[in-house]
Amino acid sequence: MSAKAPTLAINRRKSVAGDEVFNFVLRSIAVCVLGGFAALTVFLAHSAWPAIDAAGAGFLWSSAWDPVTGEFGALAFLWGTVVSSLLALLLSAPVSIGAALFLTDLAPRPVRAPVAFLIEMLAAIPSVVYGIWGIFVLAPVIREYVHPLLNGYLGFLPIFEGPPFGLGMLSAAFVLAVMITPTITAVCREVFRSVPDPLREAAIGLGATRWETIRIAVLKPSVSGVFGAMILGLGRALGETMAVTMVIGNRPEISASLFKPAATMASVIANEYTEAQGDAHLSALAAIGLVLLLVSSLVNLGARWIIKKTESKTHV
Amino acid sequence: MFDSRSKDHAPEPPPAFAGPVKLPSIQRRRHFKSLLANVILITLAGMAILPLIFVFTYITSAGLPALNLDLFYRLPAPPGETGGGMANAIVGSLVMVVLSSLMAMPTGLLCGLYVAEFPHQRLARILRFIIDLMTGIPSIVIGLFAYATLVVPLGGFSAWAGSAALAVIMLPIVSRTTEEILRLIPAQLREAGLALGLPRWKVLVRMIMRAGRSAIATGVFLAIARAAGETAPLLFTSFNNQYWNTGLREPVASLPVQIYTYAISPYEEWHRLAWAGSLILVSVVFAINLICRLVLKRQTK
Repeated sequence: MSAKAPTLAINRRKSVAGDEVFNFVLRSIAVCVLGGFAALTVFLAHSAWPAIDAAGAGFLWSSAWDPVTGEFGALAFLWGTVVSSLLALLLSAPVSIGAALFLTDLAPRPVRAPVAFLIEMLAAIPSVVYGIWGIFVLAPVIREYVHPLLNGYLGFLPIFEGPPFGLGMLSAAFVLAVMITPTITAVCREVFRSVPDPLREAAIGLGATRWETIRIAVLKPSVSGVFGAMILGLGRALGETMAVTMVIGNRPEISASLFKPAATMASVIANEYTEAQGDAHLSALAAIGLVLLLVSSLVNLGARWIIKKTESKTHV
Repeated sequence: MFDSRSKDHAPEPPPAFAGPVKLPSIQRRRHFKSLLANVILITLAGMAILPLIFVFTYITSAGLPALNLDLFYRLPAPPGETGGGMANAIVGSLVMVVLSSLMAMPTGLLCGLYVAEFPHQRLARILRFIIDLMTGIPSIVIGLFAYATLVVPLGGFSAWAGSAALAVIMLPIVSRTTEEILRLIPAQLREAGLALGLPRWKVLVRMIMRAGRSAIATGVFLAIARAAGETAPLLFTSFNNQYWNTGLREPVASLPVQIYTYAISPYEEWHRLAWAGSLILVSVVFAINLICRLVLKRQTK
């Protein structure tokens, strides 16, 4: 007994020491990642500071963007980002919600996994590939078919007037819609799946048709979850860069027309950063990046918060 | 009741046999509405898949004719000349993806382990929040990050800066996959290890991580596939290069940036190369995704 006790104690001490070392390693990596993230943000804010300092709040309220004369206002880019993302959401939300309902409540079981896989693959296609597709396939289609149709019959509406470029707000919104569909579908699917089955069974038991079951037992309890999914999709659309840069036309103008070229916060950075003239221009672009970071982070956190809240509610 | 039943054994045939049931008009409308909704939902699901088919068929039809061996071992040709390849871009992409995986993989794995296994430590909760935040950062902003922290201090565009930017994209993906998979591993396994008197770190590294090994590996590969297709963070970190890159502190060509440059150029020949490049990129990304999913499916079964 007395001979054994010391070895046990040593083993114990060793294992405790090992655990402490391990915990220390994990904690220091966590601190490194957090520190690194803080450093990145601080560096970005630092390079954006001259522009914010020079323009003040006017940076966000002015739409004049002229690197040659040194005028920097981000309003046109904010407009482009918000409008293209909201349009994309408008196009994508019905499709995504419908596809998610199809996957959870309508499709025969053997069909579900392959369809879900195909929709997920949409998210795997690199942004630049959507961009090249947008330039060479989508833009001509919009120029040749969509523009004559909408402009010809509804051209008196301000949103449908404008030139037949093909590249512009509508093309960007369409590409974005395709890109955010997998995100919204995936989250909606989770939300619909988390609706307890007894709810569906109760509706069917009361004699509801399939659509009534979906409406009463699936859609109604998931309203806020679907909302969260849409906000998450919006967050993705806000920050999407390459595809939008390639198809939106890149002209910082605020216009109601869907056919006119526009520019987003991400697209102007991608376009002008490498050939920026002077420090003021670089700094203004960094400031736009900072605004984009803040906006998309807020939107994403908001979406996550909504989704988490609804998940904890339905799991009761 | 009993009387009538004993009188005639054969019940009257239900009216359905006489002809189609005439439902009241409200019922008919309800069933019609349901049918219509089904059709609409199926159409919407079809619309969600349609773009994939469009994009994929077009890339294949435009990319296949342009695909040849030159792409894989020749440098880009100057504008106006035919031929030329994207060898330097393919190599550049490979180098940067490997470098960024080396940076992001160990860090992401350990972050995921920490967040999953020590959820009660405040640091772990903060880390989880930040990693959630990082997944939502637009990739172009990550490029700006890398530009401000690496390109400016190092004095120029470099493969290092590009790799670091890609690593920042991969890190949260790797960490979150690891976390999710570790949460799926039954607590009994941990308890069994601890009950045998193993120190906690040994349980985590030798048992838990090993149990989730292949699932975590697929997560890592998916993150690699994602990083391989990223363009925005490379535009002003690794920039571009028409020649073979000679060092990691030089600007380096990468496949996505090359596709972008070629796609927005006015030359027909370069468009052809851009399509071929897209086909290569999409094939690689799809292959990784497909293999990972198959492996993951077999694991979970």
